[in-house]
Amino acid sequence: MKYIPTIGIECHVQLCTKTKLFSEVDNDARGKEPNSCVSPVCYALPGMLPRLNGEAIRLAILAGRAMNCEINPRSRFDRKHYFYPDSPKGYQITQFYHPIIGEGYVELPSGVKVRIEHAHLEGDAGKLTHFDTYSLVDLNRVDTPLIEIVSMPDIHSAKDAHDYCKELWRLMCFAGVTYGDLYNGNMRFDVNISLAPEGSDKLGTRAEVKNLNSFRSVERAVEYEIKRQSKLLDKGEKVIQETRGWSDATGETTGQRSKEEAKDYRYMPEPDLPPINLSPEFIAEESAKLPLMPKDYREKFGKVIASDILEILLDYPQLTIKLEEVASSSSGALRGASPSLTPSDEPSTSSITLLSNLFVSVLLAEEKSAEYLNDLPSAQDLSELAEMNEKKELSSTATKEVFLRLFDPQMKGRGTRQIAKELGLIQENDLGALEKIVDAVLAKPETAKAQADFKAGQEKVLGFLVGQVMKESHGKANPSAVQEILRKKLK
Amino acid sequence: MKTANKKVTAERLVKDALEKAKHFADYNIFTFLDEEGALARAREIDARIAKGEKVGRLAGVPYALKDNFLSPRGETTAAAHILGGFVSPITATSVEKIEAEGAIMIGRVNMDAFAHGSSTENSYYGPTLNSHDRERVAGGSSGGSAVAVALDIVEFALGTDTGGSIRQPAAFNGIYGFKPTYGTVSRYGVVAMASSTDCISFMAQTPDDIDLLMSIASGQDPKDMTTLPDYYNDSKVKKVKKIGVVTDFDNDSIDIEIRKALKKKCELLKSKGYEIVELSMPSLKYALNAYYVIVPAEVASNLSRYDGIRYGFRSEKSEVLNDLYKHTRDEGFMPENKRRIMVGNFVLSSGFYDAYFLQAAKVRTLIVNEYAKAFEQCDFILMPISPNPPFKLGEKVDDPVAMYMEDMMSVSTNLAGIPGLAVPAGETTNGLPIGLQLVGPRRSDKSLIEFSKELN
Repeated sequence: MKYIPTIGIECHVQLCTKTKLFSEVDNDARGKEPNSCVSPVCYALPGMLPRLNGEAIRLAILAGRAMNCEINPRSRFDRKHYFYPDSPKGYQITQFYHPIIGEGYVELPSGVKVRIEHAHLEGDAGKLTHFDTYSLVDLNRVDTPLIEIVSMPDIHSAKDAHDYCKELWRLMCFAGVTYGDLYNGNMRFDVNISLAPEGSDKLGTRAEVKNLNSFRSVERAVEYEIKRQSKLLDKGEKVIQETRGWSDATGETTGQRSKEEAKDYRYMPEPDLPPINLSPEFIAEESAKLPLMPKDYREKFGKVIASDILEILLDYPQLTIKLEEVASSSSGALRGASPSLTPSDEPSTSSITLLSNLFVSVLLAEEKSAEYLNDLPSAQDLSELAEMNEKKELSSTATKEVFLRLFDPQMKGRGTRQIAKELGLIQENDLGALEKIVDAVLAKPETAKAQADFKAGQEKVLGFLVGQVMKESHGKANPSAVQEILRKKLK
Repeated sequence: MKTANKKVTAERLVKDALEKAKHFADYNIFTFLDEEGALARAREIDARIAKGEKVGRLAGVPYALKDNFLSPRGETTAAAHILGGFVSPITATSVEKIEAEGAIMIGRVNMDAFAHGSSTENSYYGPTLNSHDRERVAGGSSGGSAVAVALDIVEFALGTDTGGSIRQPAAFNGIYGFKPTYGTVSRYGVVAMASSTDCISFMAQTPDDIDLLMSIASGQDPKDMTTLPDYYNDSKVKKVKKIGVVTDFDNDSIDIEIRKALKKKCELLKSKGYEIVELSMPSLKYALNAYYVIVPAEVASNLSRYDGIRYGFRSEKSEVLNDLYKHTRDEGFMPENKRRIMVGNFVLSSGFYDAYFLQAAKVRTLIVNEYAKAFEQCDFILMPISPNPPFKLGEKVDDPVAMYMEDMMSVSTNLAGIPGLAVPAGETTNGLPIGLQLVGPRRSDKSLIEFSKELN
């Protein structure tokens, strides 16, 4: 039988606030000793009270607006109780009854719309590492602010599940609310999947695959679940409502808890935190700070950057944002350049087109690209590079070379022109100066024969003459300009 | 308040207090005496006085600290075994403020474990005896605080009032005890019982002492988001004309001698020209029921952190995690703690939340509204604190409901978040202290304390 999958996704996003959600202790535990980023509030000393971090509220508003969501003027925190060493308080502070982010939607590049049910703020739990006979607890992650984004069951394929997660990741990164480092768990996905016979108006029993941390594993887990559940249903068996774990290695999901009964978290309003009341003015003011989103970039760059290149760029928000910086700093760049010499062999018509190509085909192809992405050159250096290329001061090969040097920690900061000069890559384009060199070469007796041969119709000797001019200019002349001058002179 | 000066040194004051504490050792008041530390701090203050330096408003005044306040001096155990061995790296905001004015903590005092109780019999350290009758309870949960002040060991004591825990023991020992408007004094650094009703409170011998302590300890604290913006020291003392009495409690549910004491005080007020207004407050009789749903829920939640993993007592019996939780909590909590944890988790569990917790929250709103309406008709209300005078040790220990009934008059103010001041009101024919409470609208704290002088 044919089945229609219905998928809903819950996504946890760690917010990149300076301090934690409920105390003024460093929220960035990357590369730090276990249990070094903890306050007495995190490890739940008696008598400690949570203090709400206002920055997390601001980021939540941005995250909400990035997903076209309503921001609720009044929200509140609740306690969710469970015993486990990753939860020193014995409860997680979350928003069960009154979340800060209301309904909205995310539009995938394919045009599919996934509605957002709500999203709420909560504190993350600690991390346990299990060994043979003991487990270690690291509380650095406790009370890192999270928003949990709950989608409506609007997804019906593994690919859309993948695309939704990826688009969420892009939205959160462009909104600037998270570091977006999937490897380190900055975003984690729980996927609910059920199957129903085609044409049925009832949803099937769902299984939840928890703690997926890559788009690819979301896609594979959904594919696997669709197969697994189809097989069960074909055999007339039932899908059990349960939580399942995913293994990247085996490519399979396995049941984790067989208990059919749901855990009872005994939710209760958090009495230590007053409700959050946001004025419409505050919400509007903070919403206005939302940076450009992927759809804005598609609109803005759609005409100058090929869509396949643009979609790749959107996976590297820092590159896209840098391009935007270049575009807004050199106001003429997007209008298309009008260089002194009309280029014949260059496909680029603007700085942005050139730079987007360099980013995608040169930078991302580099072995060290991941490292380079962390510290991009200034917009000014990049604009200057594009300008020098357009003015033919740099050949396309030289442009690529100088471009990569801009990322080189050794060369960085010297400025584009200086680097090009040091490498001896600047082409001579001054027509007057070129003409003088050409004249000098033509005056040389050893070129006389070639001149005569060319005038007699022997095209190929032109190459020899160009070579002589290049030699005279120490390789800095623009060869196509030299060719043109030679043709004019030898008519 | 007797502060230290050049003639009467802080060392003298502290030594006297320590001597008296030891003299009354068999009352089981102190869980910890800080003899060396207190004397050292007293000498520092004396040195500053000798040099003519400015000293605080409580310079050299000995005080007692309820065992649920965090301070690096001695173990903070809340009289519970599960916190055995816990020395806090943190000092509670209220303690910091009081000590910044030169007050000297001579020791920590007994209480019902985690402040669960009305007699101090639920302490891991055993009960504290009543200052007037050693066969009777001190009241609770701040029993140690009350007896330390009543026996004149210290000038004042810090305590907490979640459902009457300051006012009832104050009444049982014939002293003043003040529970402020919720949010007036920071709760930061005080072992939480029920976050939405816990109030840091004071006991002393006079209204002026209470006022001084409030002027020092009150104020907004960034570490406690439920604190109110500063108001206490800027409050104007209001002109009082009408005092309300609640007619719903003028019956056998309240001991006849307490009702007589109330009537006597009303006559006194009338003779001074005040008008007595009779109030009907039918919702108040549900306060106790609502309280014993909301408070256990918060208690169960707040006690979740005591798991034996990070601090305090850990059971030796366990090999696996779930056993560690089970045995640690089984051996570490007192029976009353466990009772409230079970009730609290029950009323929060799925399927029961609406019927219990949510319903109680609605009753709470009714009580808030009923008080608001009452204060449209009168300035303050005068009423009993407890239905009975101090009872015998052991009399109610095995009957939790009878014990809870002791709180019927005190809990409504906690649910409403309004201030209540325990005022001595004579003695029973057996010589047991009687206390009454003056209750006022939110933020009327200063006026309430000032007005209590009229009851003398």
